[in-house]
Amino acid sequence: MKPPPFSYHDPTSIGDVVGLLGRLENAKLLAGGQSLMPMLNMRFVLPDHVIDLNRVDGLSFIREANGTLEIGAMTRQRELEFSDVVRRRCPLMYDAIRHIGHRQTRNRGTLGGSLCHLDPSAELVAVAAALDAKVTVTGAKGERRIDFASFPVAYMTPAIEPDELLTSAQFPFWPERHGHAFVEFSRRHGDFAIVSVAALLTEDGAGKVTRAAVTIGGVGVAPVRAKEVEQALTGQKLDDKLLREACESCRKLDAIDDVHAPSSYRQHLAAVLSRRALEQARSRLPSRATKAQ
Amino acid sequence: MGETRKIALTVNGKRHEAEVEVRMTLADFLRHELHLTGTHLGCEHGVCGACTILLDGLSARSCLLLAVQAHEHEIVTVEGLAPSADELNPLQEAFRDNHGLQCGFCTPGMLITLTEFLRENPNPSEQEVRVAISGNLCRCTGYQGIVLAALDAAKRLQRPSS
Repeated sequence: MKPPPFSYHDPTSIGDVVGLLGRLENAKLLAGGQSLMPMLNMRFVLPDHVIDLNRVDGLSFIREANGTLEIGAMTRQRELEFSDVVRRRCPLMYDAIRHIGHRQTRNRGTLGGSLCHLDPSAELVAVAAALDAKVTVTGAKGERRIDFASFPVAYMTPAIEPDELLTSAQFPFWPERHGHAFVEFSRRHGDFAIVSVAALLTEDGAGKVTRAAVTIGGVGVAPVRAKEVEQALTGQKLDDKLLREACESCRKLDAIDDVHAPSSYRQHLAAVLSRRALEQARSRLPSRATKAQ
Repeated sequence: MGETRKIALTVNGKRHEAEVEVRMTLADFLRHELHLTGTHLGCEHGVCGACTILLDGLSARSCLLLAVQAHEHEIVTVEGLAPSADELNPLQEAFRDNHGLQCGFCTPGMLITLTEFLRENPNPSEQEVRVAISGNLCRCTGYQGIVLAALDAAKRLQRPSS
């Protein structure tokens, strides 16, 4: 298997990338190459131009700004995995990253590549949905910011114009004392998840849930927020019965049916994994975590 | 021939300059242009791990890199691991002693992956080794010998004199 012929461009500035995108027809952006390269090798895509982002300055960074973690689009998954600030401020992302592929793919794979490829099972896509992230895209008319909730417009299709590129994403912090968990089911370690769940919880002094976010990946064309579960938990004390009953509503989600799993199995996994994720997130809430010690 | 470009890179400590087709993968460049056929190609779409090389010290699948992307970078292939033509390094010795290979097809990728892994985690658990090689497929060994070899290599590398 060999990639089809194309013209290769390796710009060094964001401005040059925008210029190339405006000028070239049928161009593909090459980030970490862990999805585009297989698609080229198998000739699922036949671009006339490949614009390599690996030599572009200013796309690789992790920084705290205004209560968010701002991450450059070309930041490698490995850099997120070994970042102290990610682990401290965004522990959900830290947990999720270790489910992404393998060390060889995390060494190359990037945040922006994953968000733009928008695989329905992708861990970073689920994390962005769970944290109500925003993404910044840059084009000839300048920058614009998009809520991640409206970023996926169709199956594996982000809300980016042909002359734009994703330059960074902003992930709002949850309070320091929150509970989090990322769980997924895949056939083998590192495979694409059939279903994944990200859970986030905060509680008040009386142990009642003040905020809950439950995000389910792999069931729809993009991760879905289990609003019914979130509402059922908010304002309540989290006993086992409530958790179990609330998560049953996930069986009603519209779920993909494909060669990997029928929709009924995905719905079952959504309910079971939501409960497991919430149980783990609950165990990490300050009240529980102290008791456990 | 399609669009070409001149590249210069270091492979196993040796500087190479070449003109390559821009669509050529790094794996094909290593094998066909530099004749370093130790880097194996199994699936050619980033699943099997046989083509794993080190790019600036970090493991990567060379079938998912273009040769032009390696311009001005440093590559290490399996040929670069042994100290000389008639010696093996401690990791390779451990593979031989623990039946860490049978047909040998996955071995270059396994060795490169474990070279990076043992550098970062010199005293791993069996579970950590299994996770580390999860991106390298082996059809012969059932992984048992490979895991034993990796654990044995970790011990040897901590006591280089023995």
